[in-house]
Amino acid sequence: MLLIRCPWCGPCDETEFRYGGEAHVARPREAQSLDDAAWAEYLFMRNNPRGWFRERWVHAAGCRRWFNVERHTVTHEIRLTYSGTRVDPMSELDRAPSPNSK
Amino acid sequence: MKRFSAFALLREALRGHADWPPYWRTPEPKSSYDIVIIGGGGHGLATAYYLAKEHGIRNVAVLERGWLGGGNTGRNTTIVRSNYLWEESAALYEHALQLFETLSEALNINVMLSQRGVLNLAHTPGDVREAIRRVHANRLNGIDAEWLDARQVKEFCPIVNVSPDVRYPVLGATLQRRAGVARHDAVAWGYARAADALGVDIIQGCEVTGFDISANRVRGVRTKKGTIAAGRVGIVAAGHNSVLAAMAGVRLPLQSHPLQALVSEPVKPVHNCVVMSNAVHVYVSQSDKGELVMGAGIDAYNSYSQRGSFHVIEHQMAACLELFPIFSRLRMMRSWGGIVDVCPDASPIIGPLPVEGLYMNGGWGTGGFKATPGSGHVFAWTLAKGEPHPLARPFGLARFASGALIDEHGAAAVAH
Repeated sequence: MLLIRCPWCGPCDETEFRYGGEAHVARPREAQSLDDAAWAEYLFMRNNPRGWFRERWVHAAGCRRWFNVERHTVTHEIRLTYSGTRVDPMSELDRAPSPNSK
Repeated sequence: MKRFSAFALLREALRGHADWPPYWRTPEPKSSYDIVIIGGGGHGLATAYYLAKEHGIRNVAVLERGWLGGGNTGRNTTIVRSNYLWEESAALYEHALQLFETLSEALNINVMLSQRGVLNLAHTPGDVREAIRRVHANRLNGIDAEWLDARQVKEFCPIVNVSPDVRYPVLGATLQRRAGVARHDAVAWGYARAADALGVDIIQGCEVTGFDISANRVRGVRTKKGTIAAGRVGIVAAGHNSVLAAMAGVRLPLQSHPLQALVSEPVKPVHNCVVMSNAVHVYVSQSDKGELVMGAGIDAYNSYSQRGSFHVIEHQMAACLELFPIFSRLRMMRSWGGIVDVCPDASPIIGPLPVEGLYMNGGWGTGGFKATPGSGHVFAWTLAKGEPHPLARPFGLARFASGALIDEHGAAAVAH
């Protein structure tokens, strides 16, 4: 069971949230000009790392706002939650892994 | 290979069972193989067996990071069936079921296939329409399927609650009589034993750390036990397929999730078939030891941790008690999780990857066990000939660009 810190409501039980998959998958601006392979890349291809992963959650039973979480997919440790409007959060975190990370 | 028979059993019994040989050797990896298979689960071992048996390619290694059959092969709920909706899937899963029906003889090991029938319950008018559509589709594809109303469901499975006074009453069910359960470990061990006897090297404790690729062609795999040259490489690593593909610079449409299951304390025979319910979500059978084996839906989030959240189990138990009030005082003994690689259309990916010589067989998601023999059979053909087996052709990676998806979320029967 995860304890997720909503940026607006604070730490809440996982059952209050719904999952939104990988974060920062931007819809292509000129979608009509893409070929099938590029559209498939946007629609279906996803990162699926064993390690730190930035993902979207919505506080469905709370404030109902979307936000992003950086969570480790082996330890389930959450080291960052941030508003979904930030494009590239703290890239320096990639160079300073948590002691728990593998 | 020392063959199993009633006579061999009697002879060894008289000798105190001291002379049974190990099922497979423990070889050190050679420097080079014709084909290297990454992943020593059921699918990878079946692939190796059919490569040696049907294509005469015996210079094959199966590399397993942990121990043989220790991943999803040893963690599933052992259900075997072929009642999928679309022609492509029906052909593939039925191919697997037919191989299962003669597998004990073929491998000379008892895989304990028990064709006790699988019920897929319908709880709403929408469920009913969908289920009857699937029955018709199955019959058109030559797969046995029947529609049962609630009274017939009660006759077939007397312990299921068909009262109209519950939140999601049972309105009927599809039944595949040839479906059932099989011993998952015996399937893995049987394929390993038979492949080993044909000369396949099964190398456990050998983690793959990368690929040797030059001019967009795979030349070998780097492992914790050194580099191994390979003509062709097959990735059959279930939940870790994305991780391995990423080492070769290939992106896949897969997401890895925990899928949990649990067993009860053993009780006397009480449940004579397999019951699955999409709507309230649980699937239940009784093992030969007497434990009730129950499966949950996947946890929503990506994970490689082989454990999931408790509320998923809670939800599954609530569904179980609504369907089977008789189990209300039963104690649960163990729960566990496996990591399943889920595809957007709930169908597998079988075939070549963009790197020449590199192939994959994965994305089986929540329902790979039932496909083990068929999956290995068509993937061995694909690796041996360098082009997809006709049954595997619709399941290539190209379908995500062409749009020819094979949507089996309904027939997959596990929530995701």
